[in-house]
Amino acid sequence: MNETGPRLLQGNEACVEGALAAGLRFFAGYPITPSTEIAEICSLRLPQVGGTFLQMEDEIASMAAVCGASLAGAKAMTATSGPGFSLKQENLGFAAQAEIPCVVVDVQRVGPSTGMPTSPAQGDVMQARWGTHGDHEIVVLSPSSVMEAYTLTITAFNIAEELRTPVVLLMDEIVGHLREKVTLDAAGKLPVVDRDKPSCPKELYKPYGPGQGRLTDVPPLAAFGEGYRFHVTGLTHGEDGSPTNNPKVGERQILRIVQKIASRRDELARFEEISMEDAEVVVVAYGGTARSAKKAVRDARAEGIKAGLLRVITLWPFPETRVAKLREMGLKAVIVPEMNMGQYVLPVKRVIGDACPVIPLNKVAGQFIEPKDILEAIKGAM
Amino acid sequence: MAHPLEKYLRAGKLPHIWCAGCGHGIVTQAILRAVDELQLDTEKTVVVSGIGCSSRAPGYLHFDTLHTTHGRAIPFATGIKMANPELRVIVVTGDGDAAAIGGNHLIHAARRNIDLTVICFNNTIYGMTSGQYSPVTPGGSFASTAPYGMVEPSFDLCTLVAGAGGTFVARGTTYHARPLTNIIKEAIKHEGFSFVEALSQCPTYYGRRNKLRAPLDMLYWYRDHAVGVSQWEKLTDDEKAGKFPIGVLKKVEHAPEFSRVYSELIARARERSEA
Ligand SMILES: Cc1ncc(C[n+]2csc(CCOP(=O)(O)OP(=O)(O)O)c2C)c(N)n1
Repeated sequence: MNETGPRLLQGNEACVEGALAAGLRFFAGYPITPSTEIAEICSLRLPQVGGTFLQMEDEIASMAAVCGASLAGAKAMTATSGPGFSLKQENLGFAAQAEIPCVVVDVQRVGPSTGMPTSPAQGDVMQARWGTHGDHEIVVLSPSSVMEAYTLTITAFNIAEELRTPVVLLMDEIVGHLREKVTLDAAGKLPVVDRDKPSCPKELYKPYGPGQGRLTDVPPLAAFGEGYRFHVTGLTHGEDGSPTNNPKVGERQILRIVQKIASRRDELARFEEISMEDAEVVVVAYGGTARSAKKAVRDARAEGIKAGLLRVITLWPFPETRVAKLREMGLKAVIVPEMNMGQYVLPVKRVIGDACPVIPLNKVAGQFIEPKDILEAIKGAM
Repeated sequence: MAHPLEKYLRAGKLPHIWCAGCGHGIVTQAILRAVDELQLDTEKTVVVSGIGCSSRAPGYLHFDTLHTTHGRAIPFATGIKMANPELRVIVVTGDGDAAAIGGNHLIHAARRNIDLTVICFNNTIYGMTSGQYSPVTPGGSFASTAPYGMVEPSFDLCTLVAGAGGTFVARGTTYHARPLTNIIKEAIKHEGFSFVEALSQCPTYYGRRNKLRAPLDMLYWYRDHAVGVSQWEKLTDDEKAGKFPIGVLKKVEHAPEFSRVYSELIARARERSEA
């Protein structure tokens, strides 16, 4: 980082700072509002550290180039929004299947289709989880502030490298374009994780062979050009990377890419809790909307209402264990405000079951959910 | 005695998936002969493909190999080359893969003049999905989705790539296997975007529907319709009708190569940020 002290930064800028701090060396993208600043800043900053910025012919190519660069050993990222996120899905699935570490930033705007390009939304929560076809797990992180756009981008790279998987940083236009005074150094020197490299003799390397033979293990990843001469395919494959039609071998591969993430659900789960100890109503919120939720909970407390906030940071894998604990609190209600028609409320409802009412609070077409909207819902639930 | 090219194969992964009489093995052999004659460093050579029968070739080759998604081999390869310009990157693709779903990537890579060698196994049909027409299926010929005959005009792939800015463009056929090897050698040596269209027979899904049932019929068709480029230039338009040129069709030397141009950009950016 070449600047220290407090700075007025935008969420998108902080994201690039985080990526650079994590060791980003390759960015490929295609301009789209409200993510474009990420590409623009990368085009300026990456060459200064010896890295590469490419403006590709479309988002499909960008995601492809990111996978290629990562296999050649570079930490790689792309950034986009709604329509471009749709275009990335096939190659995002390739990264999940072929276990290629990379970070995909989606700064959400109103959809479907071209929607409202400059207005905020949280409509891609389910697409981030299930946008590519077939069974897979994916890690999705959602920041709520400029500082967090910085720290969470570093976390996204670390998880991608450690688990050899694509990680989605799901921002929204609120956070992407928000300007806040931040002191990045205040985060301290955050740990940076690099992928495991093989240490075995080259001819014995199995790019998809779990070290200890456990489904949850993450195999080390050599880079192309290091002499391991290995095969990577999107076809279902065996431990040596070659395609297989053997259902037993195929099942093991699919189970492994799912289990390596699903089995770490609790360690991946990140959340912030505010006034949760004695809460009678809990707001479960994420991203830009969680900012309003924080204010609403503070205002409710000021009026003597026992409200709490569970701000979810790791959206996927779904933090089952933490959300399930809400069942035991004897709550009057759980409120889930989202700038969509009700997406994250679905898994929350599944886990809360009949323990208490789960109330969705939704706004679309670019309308913010304001603190007073959430405060009203809290009062209505008391 | 081992075959002289066996060291470039993952022999344990054979037999291959290609049908009897398919031309893709001949093109693959031409690539390996070229690699062998050039004595390429197998540890610094990456072979990338899309999806299709042709794109299965890298799975049998003992290099770093990447079998990607349909049409996208070139942008994956672009990422590899730009992340590590030391690597020699060869792309293996089909006519549908390169020119239909991947057509946009093909012309943009040609425009950038990035140092990739793209070898398009052109069987004028979608082999893998059993015989639908592609953007190069000849007018009037039959395909599973052209039961009344192909009514769309075709791309001339070499003209397309040359027009988009590719600095090395060549065509060969499986009948002319030795010249094909030489063309591929030249393409690999060329610094910049090189494109080789290798006509490759598909007796199963093209030939059977188009009265070229035997693989040899198709090879003879190549023999009778291909004209060496130096001879081609002497033909009148009437004489050219129904024929096509083979050989090196375009070669521009010393055009700025993209990964080099970008390294220079990096040097400039570093200088400026340190100043
Ligand atoms: C996105 C996508 N669309 C369609 C397919 C189905 N598909 C697989 S191979 C292929 C055509 C391959 O034809 P070509 O590129 O000419 O190669 P060939 O098999 O003839 O060598 C198609 C349409 C796919 N795998 N992915």
